[in-house]
Amino acid sequence: MKVILRNPRREVELAGGRRVKDVLRELDIIPETVLVIRGDDLVTADQVVQDHETIELRPVMSGGAV
Amino acid sequence: MKCRKCGEPAILELRRHNAAFCAPDFVDFFRNQVREAIRKHRMFARDEHVLVAVSGGKDSLALWDVLIDEGYRTTGLYLDLGIFDYSVESKAKCEAFAARRGVPLLVTRVAEAVGAPVPVIKNVTRRPPCSGCGLSKRYLMNRVALEHEMAVVATGHNLDDEAATLLGSVLHWQTDALSRQSPALPSTHRKLVRRVKPLYRLSERETAAYAFLRRIDYIVEECPFAKGATSIAHKEILSRMEDASPGAKHNFLFGFLEKARPAFERAEAVTLNECARCGQVTTGTVCAFCKLADQVKRATV
Repeated sequence: MKVILRNPRREVELAGGRRVKDVLRELDIIPETVLVIRGDDLVTADQVVQDHETIELRPVMSGGAV
Repeated sequence: MKCRKCGEPAILELRRHNAAFCAPDFVDFFRNQVREAIRKHRMFARDEHVLVAVSGGKDSLALWDVLIDEGYRTTGLYLDLGIFDYSVESKAKCEAFAARRGVPLLVTRVAEAVGAPVPVIKNVTRRPPCSGCGLSKRYLMNRVALEHEMAVVATGHNLDDEAATLLGSVLHWQTDALSRQSPALPSTHRKLVRRVKPLYRLSERETAAYAFLRRIDYIVEECPFAKGATSIAHKEILSRMEDASPGAKHNFLFGFLEKARPAFERAEAVTLNECARCGQVTTGTVCAFCKLADQVKRATV
């Protein structure tokens, strides 16, 4: 599967057929810090991502001057 | 995973609420949380004109979107910080949103008001860029609201922002800051408008999900100066705690607001004066914003 990461934008290839939560664990990403986007939808951590699919892990953190 | 309300497939799990929602029910949940915040803290009345401070990011545009749909009369305020391409792009996002929703947007340039954009202010003051930036934003939001006769400014601060600010204040025991931290700060002077944070009950991930589901085109890229900011470090720590113990951030913030904040509130009110230069509110003779503008002027002429 293709995984799109942001800030900076980059892509990584991982083996498919795995749940989102396992992908996040492999990439050492805390689930609370990203939205998981597949096409036009959000997907939950228990969803399985197939080998031919692309997901985006969009960071939700913003900050600086508050 | 199924939606808690309708049983359809869920698109977002909210571990701190031990719930998951489908898209329509999550949007309902989100709007209900904003309504509850406005009601609980009497943030503004139905007939008040609300100035919404927008940055082009997910939080402020999500807030504006909800307030428009709730039928409030709103005007957006974009403060152009002059931070290279980041400001150009974030301004374009705000303008596009305002045009799409048919709502007015005011634009104020920090460079015009202070004498230089944020990158120059950062160099002149030799302080973290967020310091001069935050000061300028708070000052200009209040001034613009007064100029346009609006009694309230709403900002997109979310649960994570507030919890991170609280952590920062607690780590240094900044009792002044602790006494002021609130989802709604009342006007305590005729030249000080009310400041409210209707998203304080919603996490950063929830506002991002709302913006995504509502197809709001927001700037995903981070401010180039935010990298390394203390507030980001505090958010990362809190997110790790949240991961280990869902609800930790909520309990930290809400526990403070309900149980601890009253203890920090000052028995005696601070004396507020009008700045000898600009007439805006200050605790001294000349306000911090005018001092900053002076410093910039000295360094750049």
